[in-house]
Amino acid sequence: MTTNRQSAATRETYGRTLLTMAEEHPDIVVLGGDLNVSTFVHLWRDQYPDRFFDFGPAEQNIVGVAAGLAAAGKIPFVSTFSVFGTGRPYDQLRVLVSQPSLNVKLVCTHAGILTGEDGMSAHSIEDLSLMCALPSFSVVTPADAPETEQVIRAVATTQGPVYVRLPRAATPIVHADSYRFRMGKGEVMREGSDVSIIACGSLVAPALDAADNLSGQGVQARVINLHTLAPADEAAIIAAAQETGAIVTAEEHYVHGGLGSVVAGVVARNQPVPVEMVALHGYTSSGPANELMVKNGLTADGVEQAALRAIKRKR
Amino acid sequence: MAVVTQPMLTVEEMRAAALESRREILKMIFDAGSGHTGGSLSEIDILIALYFGVLRYDPDAPDWPERDRFILSKGHASPGFYVTLARAGYFPSSELSSYRKTDGLLQGHAHPITPGVEMNSGSLGMGLSFALGHALAARLDGRKYRVFALLGDGECQEGEVWEAAMSAAHHGADNLTAIIDRNRIQNDRFTDEVMTLEPLADRWRDFGWNVISCDGHEHADVLHALSAAADGGPTVIIADTVKGKGVSFMENNPGFHGRAPTADEYEAALKELA
Repeated sequence: MTTNRQSAATRETYGRTLLTMAEEHPDIVVLGGDLNVSTFVHLWRDQYPDRFFDFGPAEQNIVGVAAGLAAAGKIPFVSTFSVFGTGRPYDQLRVLVSQPSLNVKLVCTHAGILTGEDGMSAHSIEDLSLMCALPSFSVVTPADAPETEQVIRAVATTQGPVYVRLPRAATPIVHADSYRFRMGKGEVMREGSDVSIIACGSLVAPALDAADNLSGQGVQARVINLHTLAPADEAAIIAAAQETGAIVTAEEHYVHGGLGSVVAGVVARNQPVPVEMVALHGYTSSGPANELMVKNGLTADGVEQAALRAIKRKR
Repeated sequence: MAVVTQPMLTVEEMRAAALESRREILKMIFDAGSGHTGGSLSEIDILIALYFGVLRYDPDAPDWPERDRFILSKGHASPGFYVTLARAGYFPSSELSSYRKTDGLLQGHAHPITPGVEMNSGSLGMGLSFALGHALAARLDGRKYRVFALLGDGECQEGEVWEAAMSAAHHGADNLTAIIDRNRIQNDRFTDEVMTLEPLADRWRDFGWNVISCDGHEHADVLHALSAAADGGPTVIIADTVKGKGVSFMENNPGFHGRAPTADEYEAALKELA
């Protein structure tokens, strides 16, 4: 069973949210790299040209300039595609931003494999691992448009470097307008005692669908939206391990270094229980995004099967 | 309101300060047992001219928003930077002995935990981008400060330097000055053996920069170049220098890029710098 939900492109929400903050936060400046229509910061560029800088596809320089702007008291938002904004300027992110903990906001779109047809080089499946390895960075993966809006507002007012991961495709809306995002605090979206499904980004909606399906089989699954990977909500993860005894992680990312690794680390250090990981196990090919998700098991059915495996492994 | 308290030095006083700084640099590196000797000795006259003839700053208020920015992009040459910051009053000279020591104030490569250090460093090619960020912030905030970045010549082999150069000209960063410590030696050997840099001035000119050349060891010449660079930048000053300047057996010797002197070498060097 799959719940019908409205969808919205979170990158458009990002661009529109930024615009609404311009007057209130005069120190916000936006830096782009010739992908500004795709990342939706062209909205800002057109309205606040004096507070916008295009550097072309020169990501090392973009991050370096952003670090200088941040050191001078500005709040720079850097936006490009995830594959270009994380790997290419990684040394600049490490030396100029993370080590001195400068207030740079890296908001990347086209993350994960929802770039589909563009193929392997356009699929960003390592970015969470890269960014979680930088000690000063907060790492946030919003699940939908309402959450993205709140994440962007929180990011602008939180001191320190942040990486925000957004996909290209429209993603299902799983939050009501009354939802309140809290940085670093996992959101329990559904209570359950048999297994916990900890998901982020595009896998939150499939996780909720999987929990519905499991409920029909008498299995009560807790669903946690772990939007913030760093700093991770260790208390929510430990509670899930203690109270449900089995965990599934679900993410549109390589199995190493992302959500699964974060959760497994917390579980292993505190409360060892079986952990199953729904994630990519390597690169994947060109193809329509939904077909690639199915091919790689990043579906409600994939999460459901993983939950049943995790429960079977309980002692 | 912060006040610029740093007195200017005459060219004669700069010469004396540079000589003493060279001794301090060698002592720091000798005491630490490691560090970058050659590039510290090649840059020191440029730093003295900057800090005691051009820059506006308040060592008691390192974050004074109107301060001129100096960014050491060649962050391995931190000893020359540290002795200059101490002389400028950012911290007591006694701190120089903490260089490269556990929990010391002075990191191996310059890091902003040290008062007066703007940028974390140690990976080449980043300083000009960072400096451009400060330069653009000045424009956004309506501030009048100037921004200076000191690069190594070997560092100009980094692609990011040219990304930054292209964009600084495009964005009209007229308050930005790059200085290249053109000592013709990099980590392994002479720059021309590693990767041809010439025609260096033409390359910068082609990227939309004003280019000024000077003798990087003549304080009056450096001051003149820094003053000329104030108008209509971005401007790059290519400062001709000698790696290891001041100590005969270190001069033009690639072996002293990244190593400390032995006890005998240290003693011999101090005699030459008396």
